[in-house]
Amino acid sequence: MAEERRQKQCSVVLPTESMKAMAESVGVGQLQEESCVALSEEVSYRIKEIAQDALKFMHHGKRRKLTTSDIDNALKLKNVEPLYGFQSQEFIPFRFASGGGRELHFYEEKEVDLSDIINTPLPRVPLDVSLKAHWLSIEGVQPSIPENPPPAPKEQQKAESTEPLKVVKPGQEEEGTIQGKSQGATAPDGKGQYLEKGLIRLKPRSTHELSVEQQLYYKEITEACVGSCEAKRAEALQSIATDPGLYQMLPRFSTFISEGVRVNVVQNNLALLIYLMRMVKALMDNPTLYLEKYLHELIPAVVTCIVSKQLCLRPDVDNHWALRDFAARLMAQSCKTFSTTTNNIQSRITKTFTKSWLDDKTQWTTRYGCIAGLAELGPDVIKTLILPRLAVEGARIKAVMEGPVVSNIDKIGADHVQSLLLKHCASVIAKIRPQPDNVEQYRTDYGYLGPMLCSHVMKARTQAALQAQQVNRTTLTITQVHLILRKIYLDKSVVVRKLCNELFSYHCSTSSLQYHLNVKHVAVSTRANVGYDSPGTGK
Amino acid sequence: MAAVQSGMGEGVEEKDIKTEPASDGFGNNNANDGRLVSTSPGSNAPAASNKPVAGGPPEDQQTLLAVLQFLRKNKLTESVEILRREAGLPEDDLDPNGADSSGAGTGGAAGSVDSDAGDASSLLTRVTVSSSAAAQAPTKGTIQSDCCQVYDGASGGPVPGNSAAGEDQPDVSVVLSAYSQQGDPALYEVYYSSLKRFIETVLDCHRAELSQVFYPLFVHMYLELVYNNHENEAKAFFEKFSGDQECYYEDDLRVLSSLTKKEHMRGNETLLDFRTSKFVLRISRDSYQLLKRHLQERQNNQIWNIIQEHLYIDIFDGMPRSKSQIDAMSGSLAGEAKREANKAKVYYGLLKEPEIELPLDDEDEEAENEEGKPKKKKPKKDSMGSKSKKQDPNAPSQSRIPLPELKDSDKLDKIMYMKEATKRIRLGPDNLPSICFYSFLNAYQGLTAVDFTDDSSLIAGGFADSTVRVWSVTPKKLRKVKSAADLNLIDKESDDVLERIMDEKTASESKILYGHSGPVYGISFSPDRNYLLSSSEDGTVRLWSLQTFTCLVGYKGHNYPVWDTHFSPHGYYFVSGGHDRVARLWATDHYQPLRMFSGHLADITCTRFHPNSNYLATGSSDRTIRLWDVLNGNCVRIFTGHKGPIHALAFSPNGKFLASGATDGRVLLWDIGHGLMVGELKGHTDTIYSLRFSRDGEILASGSMDNTVRLWDAMKAFDDLETDDFTAATGHIHLQDNSQELLLGTYLTKSTPVIHLHFTRRNLLLAAGAYNP
Repeated sequence: MAEERRQKQCSVVLPTESMKAMAESVGVGQLQEESCVALSEEVSYRIKEIAQDALKFMHHGKRRKLTTSDIDNALKLKNVEPLYGFQSQEFIPFRFASGGGRELHFYEEKEVDLSDIINTPLPRVPLDVSLKAHWLSIEGVQPSIPENPPPAPKEQQKAESTEPLKVVKPGQEEEGTIQGKSQGATAPDGKGQYLEKGLIRLKPRSTHELSVEQQLYYKEITEACVGSCEAKRAEALQSIATDPGLYQMLPRFSTFISEGVRVNVVQNNLALLIYLMRMVKALMDNPTLYLEKYLHELIPAVVTCIVSKQLCLRPDVDNHWALRDFAARLMAQSCKTFSTTTNNIQSRITKTFTKSWLDDKTQWTTRYGCIAGLAELGPDVIKTLILPRLAVEGARIKAVMEGPVVSNIDKIGADHVQSLLLKHCASVIAKIRPQPDNVEQYRTDYGYLGPMLCSHVMKARTQAALQAQQVNRTTLTITQVHLILRKIYLDKSVVVRKLCNELFSYHCSTSSLQYHLNVKHVAVSTRANVGYDSPGTGK
Repeated sequence: MAAVQSGMGEGVEEKDIKTEPASDGFGNNNANDGRLVSTSPGSNAPAASNKPVAGGPPEDQQTLLAVLQFLRKNKLTESVEILRREAGLPEDDLDPNGADSSGAGTGGAAGSVDSDAGDASSLLTRVTVSSSAAAQAPTKGTIQSDCCQVYDGASGGPVPGNSAAGEDQPDVSVVLSAYSQQGDPALYEVYYSSLKRFIETVLDCHRAELSQVFYPLFVHMYLELVYNNHENEAKAFFEKFSGDQECYYEDDLRVLSSLTKKEHMRGNETLLDFRTSKFVLRISRDSYQLLKRHLQERQNNQIWNIIQEHLYIDIFDGMPRSKSQIDAMSGSLAGEAKREANKAKVYYGLLKEPEIELPLDDEDEEAENEEGKPKKKKPKKDSMGSKSKKQDPNAPSQSRIPLPELKDSDKLDKIMYMKEATKRIRLGPDNLPSICFYSFLNAYQGLTAVDFTDDSSLIAGGFADSTVRVWSVTPKKLRKVKSAADLNLIDKESDDVLERIMDEKTASESKILYGHSGPVYGISFSPDRNYLLSSSEDGTVRLWSLQTFTCLVGYKGHNYPVWDTHFSPHGYYFVSGGHDRVARLWATDHYQPLRMFSGHLADITCTRFHPNSNYLATGSSDRTIRLWDVLNGNCVRIFTGHKGPIHALAFSPNGKFLASGATDGRVLLWDIGHGLMVGELKGHTDTIYSLRFSRDGEILASGSMDNTVRLWDAMKAFDDLETDDFTAATGHIHLQDNSQELLLGTYLTKSTPVIHLHFTRRNLLLAAGAYNP
């Protein structure tokens, strides 16, 4: 509307060509230009009138979006027969065609095979209207529950942490200069004022005092997280991962974790370390938290769990390798989400890992952690940092495995490092190395690990081929369904989207829908983005 | 025919007009067709006092003549005969005592035509029938209605030429012909800009006042150009000056801009309003003299004519108003309300609580004593008691409107109410209410209306798919009454007969009511929880029984969408208003309306009863709020100041104040007794759909499309006012911009527009809306 207003209100009329096209469609050829002008003005006026009436219905329907039924109702007001066939909430089934210098919009009607309709499975039944109550506010305070919006949105948390002392910078604001002057003029007064001003200009920060409920919550959650009851822990972690109102407790959580790691590494308490890492994971999963502020505490804790020399009392029996793997994955995830050009997390982490890996004196446990940490960062890192060192590492492993028995622990460590390397490198090599896989060739390239790598690579190749086949098959079935559905519905983009949405929501991963669309239905995804999402519907 | 009826029902208000435009009376006769039922249902309450007031004889004569002339003109000889017979008149004979007015103080306007209201309605139907039978042009109906419409809102004094034309030939063309005299179209721009220059050069204190003239002048000049087929000049004129107009007229300008042809003017309601109702301006005498002198000096007749014919300038003595003062009051479709329009006495006080309360109070107190908390209650009770015993000078007499007698169940409910009231939380800025939010899930943008019962036990929703759904929010499930056959088997003497008549098998948490054939836009529970009203796009209001969960009555009368309906706080009566611009008062046992309130220039968007049931307020998309007297159908208050259609109204519990919310996102507060705007609450960023005062009136809650519930300090808003020495006489208010101080809390929902609010009897705030993911 506003746009319409900006472009000279009076003169917005339909083009006369449309009038001609419409006249032709009802069998009136050769309409004179004058009549076209008269008609288009009249039609434009009526359309505007109806649109204004339709707005009324929208307002009374308590909506922000004008629907086709509003237009129908507006027509009804004017005693005009409503337009039938536009009941769809989502789109208007017009098609556009041009050719021979003409442009047309038409309603596409396709033949539909009845048996196809009968044979297609029915769509899910829409849910019935239901009523749900929650507390929007309790005595003036909004409780932080999932039903309410997060009390401090992520942007606000970010703004607080990234522009912390903007207000206090001297000379930047008028107040600052005034304060400076008064301070210079009369010292005692100025001081008083300074204090006063200082109070006023304290940066608005998240309160550090927790309410009694929050304290209780914090206590309960931390106890459950490191306690012995697994069910309780799962619940607590779920709460950390989903609750919107945790940002005030975030500093405490991060301190809890970093201190916890510090203590438990010394005490070699593997179980507690695992619990703490799971807390980190839950915090990272929570979409309402702005974690950047606390990375300085969390990252060292995580890295400790990856590379620490000893994480458990009996390294030969306990599976501390799993913790290292898990923590490495966490590290990779935080690199992905938090690494920016300013904080350079990824490169700093990579450097740390590489440095200790290159050190000859590094123990096998740490070595394992470094490699795991690097490998999780993705195939590119593997390619540039790990593959070139395979031969050296292989020699080291060989020395332990085939040399004189030094200690059982070393042997186990070397064994784990070997399988880790094989696991991560095989898939990467499978991609970058051309076939055929020659064992001798591998041996010359990668030394001791060569032959084993070769067999792993071959396995990876066959697996990839198998997967590709499966993917093909599923897409085939999907396209078949598409074909059927396309006959029923008219707009493929909507159908594909809907169908894929169904598919993905069934597999619980809606986030990758757009990705799937981009890859599999390129035409649809672009079209859908333009035609379907733009009216601001969201879904 | 719909249009005919709606058109004829116009024109009940404006009693202070000196000389009535002729067809006002004509349009009027339907308005009083159903007099307020004079006995209360189920009792013999005294009848409403009908003081016969004779309309002035010359007016009667004029009106009758006009009607007759009109009928003859349209070759409705049959109707002429009928009218003459009904009125008992020979051609020019008059019966000066024939007028029967249905209320005191209606002056000449209300009921000035007919000797019998009942006859009037029968006459009306016959007129409408025969006019259609006479096979006039098919558009006849609308035209006729338009012409009637013309006068209803026309609040000005005598219109030279115009009213005469109306008498002779009430047709659109005649109404429009007021525009026929024209100057050179090219000069319009010159005239307008010269005036603009003049106003820009006057003293500051006058400039703001005189600037008010711009908008109506602009509109009328534009319409004159369009009417005289100077399309291009009109467009040029519009383009040149539309940017200068106040931003709050944007919506109207948009309508105006689409209209460029004479043919379009026919049948466009907004335009007819511009042309036929006089735009009201309030200007101080000094400023007016200045303008007059200027125009006369310059011989600027074109503008002077427009001012004379289409503007009503309400001149006052005293200081010219400031820009902010003017902006606060302007914005409605037809300018500000005239000062006289808000002069009538309004009995805004509350009715005395029925005497039945007294013994119950004792019982209640005893019960309280048993519970061991009598302390809190006693002082409060006393204050309340003393208040109700003393006759409030502002309260209407108990029998001003016949009200239904209390049933036993009502008394029980009153006891419950009193008990709950003692446990009520005292709210205040330091003691904010808790808010419980009811989200409608899976409503798919289809939720259009919500209501709670007074005791908060039931919640009802109206939906775009024409259904009405009722939920029980207490553990008590909803049950239907047994079928007639089963009812026969019940022992009617047993103590729990009320329990026995219910059918356990039908118990469920929610029930769906089917019946409407269009979206349900308004919904209201009766105070006794036995009935539910719903109004819909299909033009009907339906009454549902909450015992049988069936539709009892479909009230037909509005032929266009009915936007809102509301039950009187005492039950029995209800009001409805819709697209046809007429608010109707109904009684549940009458299938025809008792009163028709017309005067709004655009859709009635919301309706609300005053706590004492003697008045009702309607908000409209003409951006005014009107307060109507239920007794005589008069419009007693017109409030202007909103800049968008009004979607929410709320009376304060003491009946003194009214709060209104509109699409402009502002809440305005009005003092009903003085007829003044007393506050403006800014904060919302989208349409306000619901407003509610807490039970003791300390807090005002507002819910909006912007997904927030906001709480405002109503006490402070109204207290400040009393210390302020506002000049009730002039009605010029100085609004402080203290919205931020009054805002006590903002609560954001998760993408859920707030469309209804309700304070429980213990002052817990309930809110409702549909979740729109």
